[in-house]
Amino acid sequence: MSVSKPLPHDAAALHVTGQARYVDDIPTPRGTLHLAFGLSQIARGRITAMDLAQVRSSPGVVAVLTANDLPFDNDVSPSLHDEPLLAKGEVFYVGQPVFLVVARSHRAARVAARRAEIRYAEEEALLTVDAALAANSRFEDGPRIYHKGDAEAAIAGSAHVIEDSFEIGGQEHFYLEGQAALAMPQEDGGMLVNSSTQHPTEIQHKVAEAIGLPMHAVRVEIRRMGGGFGGKESQGNALAVACAIAARQTGKCCKMRYDRDDDMTITGKRHAFRISYRAGFEAGGRITGVSFTHLVDCGWAQDLSLPVADRAMLHSDNAYAIPAIRIESHRLKTNLQSATAYRGFGGPQGMVGIERVMDHAAHVLQIDPVELRLRNYYDAPSDAPAEGGAAPRSATVPRGISEKMKDNSTPYGMEVTDFELHEITAQLLESSDYARRRRDISEWNADNDRLKRGIAFSPVKFGISFTLTHLNQAGALVHVYQDGSIHLNHGGTEMGQGLFQKVAQVAASRFGVDLNRVKITATDTAKVPNTSATAASSGSDLNGMAVKAACDTIRDRMAAHLGEVYQQPASAVVFQGDRVRIAETEITFETAAMMCYTGRISLSATGFYKTPALDWDRIKGKGRPFFYFAYGAAVTEVIVDRLTGENRILRTDILHDAGASLNPALDIGQVEGAYVQGAGWLTTEELKWDGSGRLRTHAPSTYKIPACSDRPDVFNVALYDGQNREDTIYRSKAVGEPPFMLGISAWLALSHAVGAFGAGYPHLNAPATAEEIWRRAERIQDGV
Amino acid sequence: MTITFHLNGEEVSLPDTEPTTTLLDWLREDRGLTGTKEGCNEGDCGACTVMVTDPDGARALNACILFLPQLQGKSVRTVEGAAGPDGTLHPVQQALIDHHGSQCGFCTPGFVMSMVTAHTNGATDHDTQLAGNLCRCTGYAPIIRAAEAAEATPAPQWITADRKFTFSEIPRGEVADRGAAPPSAPDTQTDTQTTTDTDKATHPSLALRPRSGDDLATAFVARPEATLIAGATDVGLWVTKTLRNLEDVIFLDGCTDLKEITVTDTEVRLGAMADMNRVRQALAPLHASFAEMIRRFASQQVRAAATIGGNIANGSPIGDTPPALIALGAQLHLRRGDSRRSLPLEAFFLDYGKQDRGAGEFVEAVSFPRQPDSLRVYKLSKRFDQDISAVLGAFNVTVTEGSVTAARIAFGGMAGIPKRAAHVETALVGQRWSEATVAAAQAEFHKDFSPMSDMRASAEYRLATAKNLLGRYFTDLNGAPQHVLEISQ
Ligand SMILES: Cc1cc2nc3c(=O)[nH]c(=O)nc-3n(C[C@H](O)[C@H](O)[C@H](O)COP(=O)(O)OP(=O)(O)OC[C@H]3O[C@@H](n4cnc5c(N)ncnc54)[C@H](O)[C@@H]3O)c2cc1C
Ligand code: FES
Ligand code: FES
Repeated sequence: MSVSKPLPHDAAALHVTGQARYVDDIPTPRGTLHLAFGLSQIARGRITAMDLAQVRSSPGVVAVLTANDLPFDNDVSPSLHDEPLLAKGEVFYVGQPVFLVVARSHRAARVAARRAEIRYAEEEALLTVDAALAANSRFEDGPRIYHKGDAEAAIAGSAHVIEDSFEIGGQEHFYLEGQAALAMPQEDGGMLVNSSTQHPTEIQHKVAEAIGLPMHAVRVEIRRMGGGFGGKESQGNALAVACAIAARQTGKCCKMRYDRDDDMTITGKRHAFRISYRAGFEAGGRITGVSFTHLVDCGWAQDLSLPVADRAMLHSDNAYAIPAIRIESHRLKTNLQSATAYRGFGGPQGMVGIERVMDHAAHVLQIDPVELRLRNYYDAPSDAPAEGGAAPRSATVPRGISEKMKDNSTPYGMEVTDFELHEITAQLLESSDYARRRRDISEWNADNDRLKRGIAFSPVKFGISFTLTHLNQAGALVHVYQDGSIHLNHGGTEMGQGLFQKVAQVAASRFGVDLNRVKITATDTAKVPNTSATAASSGSDLNGMAVKAACDTIRDRMAAHLGEVYQQPASAVVFQGDRVRIAETEITFETAAMMCYTGRISLSATGFYKTPALDWDRIKGKGRPFFYFAYGAAVTEVIVDRLTGENRILRTDILHDAGASLNPALDIGQVEGAYVQGAGWLTTEELKWDGSGRLRTHAPSTYKIPACSDRPDVFNVALYDGQNREDTIYRSKAVGEPPFMLGISAWLALSHAVGAFGAGYPHLNAPATAEEIWRRAERIQDGV
Repeated sequence: MTITFHLNGEEVSLPDTEPTTTLLDWLREDRGLTGTKEGCNEGDCGACTVMVTDPDGARALNACILFLPQLQGKSVRTVEGAAGPDGTLHPVQQALIDHHGSQCGFCTPGFVMSMVTAHTNGATDHDTQLAGNLCRCTGYAPIIRAAEAAEATPAPQWITADRKFTFSEIPRGEVADRGAAPPSAPDTQTDTQTTTDTDKATHPSLALRPRSGDDLATAFVARPEATLIAGATDVGLWVTKTLRNLEDVIFLDGCTDLKEITVTDTEVRLGAMADMNRVRQALAPLHASFAEMIRRFASQQVRAAATIGGNIANGSPIGDTPPALIALGAQLHLRRGDSRRSLPLEAFFLDYGKQDRGAGEFVEAVSFPRQPDSLRVYKLSKRFDQDISAVLGAFNVTVTEGSVTAARIAFGGMAGIPKRAAHVETALVGQRWSEATVAAAQAEFHKDFSPMSDMRASAEYRLATAKNLLGRYFTDLNGAPQHVLEISQ
């Protein structure tokens, strides 16, 4: 069976030879036009005059469009209808598209776009969460509050109370392929759009609205993206809509791709948070209560901010059974880029909050932070081996006193019934030799004045499912041709995660055939309609199941027919080893396909899947938003320099739960990549705006994602040997987002190292750049 | 000028090229070779990496900031030419598949070409070779595994064949196809081209490619307003990012005499056109710390193009080599026509954006005296590799019998120009080389510098770490490991 095999990415050979085609590589007809946006130069104000004469006369320009020239809906928002494609007299951030240039070349369009003379009546821009809070500038009427028990009372009665507030920066996606779209007008006024998008249906929807046609007149296709990470869930709308409008007006094929600086200036990023907390602990380390306030910088438009901020709240417990908790979340509207989906979708920020609390408490209580965490873990399911199964438990990690008595429900009232972290933690502490290394590090630190090492463990429990319940559906379309080859299509998009290969492995397994019989095809809204974004790690869970359903339909039809022909029950027909066995007879799969074809059996089927068991009320904050949880844990060791704050990851060990992996090689790849991306978020990746709201880190020269040598020197990554307790596709688990949060261990390790410079708690912000580390080391040394 | 080069083993001759067309745009838009990707268009991501071979060997370069005339007489290999003519994969390609080195695949062509180049050159310092290739998906580990796995396999014949390309076949500098040759340089070996591109300025512009310092001197005096293009790692961005239309341009890469590096018993002289990878190599045995800093200067691709002359002439306050050269007591050698002059390097930087260089004058070389190595160069940046310095400190203190007899200390990132720490130096010279002296000197820093805050660092951080680096230097001379890069798990 091809599932669970470590096969390479389906396009690996195309990638390495340069043949893999991305949107900008698609050959275009002669006369294709190129687009660029003219951007707002101020953060907030009214446009009082717009002189575009120089733009129009710039060489190669064919047309220049403003909001007034748009025939239909001027909106590219995925949610609130609050994001005009082109500004309607008012601008809300530096970089907002104000006009659209259509020109004969990409360069001509870019050159022209800079020639506008726009005058504004500037208004005071809200550039910080403090300013937004003071102005009560927010989405939704007031803060969302989720709670369980009486957190304040619980904290007040605790032996130890800690309290602090810290910043978590946003993050630029830095997909290597920038946003791109291509629209080709069709003979009947319809539009074929190629878009680098995680959400073809939404592109279809927004394009249809913008050109005043029903969705059936717009077909959106995407074979692959050069990375997405959430940044292509809604941020591609503007380009696709612009191309379609321009194509409609000119009758020409129109292409738009953002230059990298434009991409970073225009598009949204991960939400920055300020998290304030108060938490109470018993002397033994058991948490009694915690109260969080999230100030969420959503930027100027709503986009996906509400579910992002919700998910942050839903991960404020992470792995810990917290008896009483209150989470207050303010979704603030500022005059910056509209923050958007980014791998983890708010989950990482929420999780950093509670991990910070654990780290801080361990410091105050002077307990090993791992021990503190273990004492607060949710209980393992009752059918799990009581003492962590066969794996030897590290003697230094006692289980704590009260864990058998825990209320195992989350702050939102969902029972945790699949908690794998006791076992994962025990195995990882063992394999990473955590206890010995922690001792060695204290000794080493005692001998070293300027350089200090740090080590930290952090767990991940991540909820799988879209919290907007209706999105948890998927469709597939499968054809078996008369020669036995199989055409596979589904609603998921490929952005590098290996979804297409995993789903193809599922299809091959259902038919018991070799993988090379299965042809993977581009995502296409004309083949599978009404799809959800490929997001929330759900790609293979949803689409794998839909494909399975489609394959099984065809397979059952084939079995019934072949059974009839050979006068056997359908149950005697077995698809295996690239052949079909009917009782004693064995035929090739192609023979079987041909027989079914001539027998006039339909060899084409759709498949559909919706996730069961979900029940969620996001206003009350109660119910079951998730089908299951994915787990993982990491141990990271770092070194820092007090003089300069320079720092480095020396070693990382990871054990991650992908259930019964559909493809361990691809899953390990997701884990490694996610860890490095997560660590980057919390260390070198710093977004900086100046006092007028202009993003100063708008290119890779100033925004620093991890480079090759930033990966851990020693990097041990393994998958946990388990299977999903819920009935998912071959009992696998989603793996796209959860391992991103393993990077939190790097930030905690830095905190540990900085803590070695003095007696106080480091109070580290994120990202912990060299400068942040230097500053915290200075303060802690001075006893501040 | 007709530009002639080999592309994936076949000769290409381009008669009327707009001289500031980048190789990347030409490959993708004119040639239809879309394997080479654009990730940033500014030399920072490596998605556009190609391999360029000339008599000096094979190097990886960023096609997005490489102008076509810089390819004259060279062999270019793109990802489409990495595999053999019969489709046999290059060992690094196969290894990338075997080790799951691609996910979204967008960075992959660039990685392939960096890896093919490193493989061809037998280089196995993979982290350094690949520092200029960003990958957002994989976390790099599988790519490094692939690079290691391919090490032992010999370079395939179709790759080594690039070296056999007979560069002498390339016509040497015949004069313009159309338009006039430069007025005072009719007989020189200078390739010339004029363009009258309608998308450009209305008057014709001129492109020259002189073949020696002498020819350059003549041409530049005649056209003092022309833009000199050395490695184009700065100028390239004026075209791709600032969207400037350069008028007259003079490409310096044909001036082989300006590439010379000479090391004698008394002096080290670096020709203006020496690229950073060669400078790094030459300095390694003399001033290891300087060479190590250059390892962290941009990336392999950028260093292979960037010249020492460009790094000085651009007058950048955050150029990495000037402070180190100043600390070594470097002299800058300038030439205008037949007249030459030399000045201490620090005197060249007059003010932010202003250098002591006249019209038609160019940098010929920089030199510094041979000396015992007490130079240490510290580069502080958000990321270790491929990042612009927030602070660059270069320290060269001579201690004789326990006392400081000379001190040359210079910084980048601390002022509008690369600048000596005069007060700090004064506080050191004549004193015992002791912690107390260092502390006294640290107290002088604020007199020398009042740095700025920007997206790389705050003023406070810059000033404090600059002081701290003097402390690091003091202990560093004692030989203890001082840097996080020197520690392993
Ligand atoms: C991705 C990237 C990373 C970088 N990282 C670093 C870094 O880490 N540290 C650093 O210091 N710099 C860095 N740079 C900047 C740049 O690489 C260097 O400044 C480089 O040395 C410039 O040399 P060049 O030959 O490419 O100059 P060019 O771009 O060709 O020219 C630069 C300027 O110098 C003039 N010029 C060139 N040669 C001469 C000459 N002989 N006489 C007179 N004028 C001349 C040109 O007219 C132009 O004004 C980076 C650049 C990029 C694109
Ligand atoms: S496109 Fe990024 S380096 Fe050339
Ligand atoms: S594989 Fe996606 S950027 Fe490298």
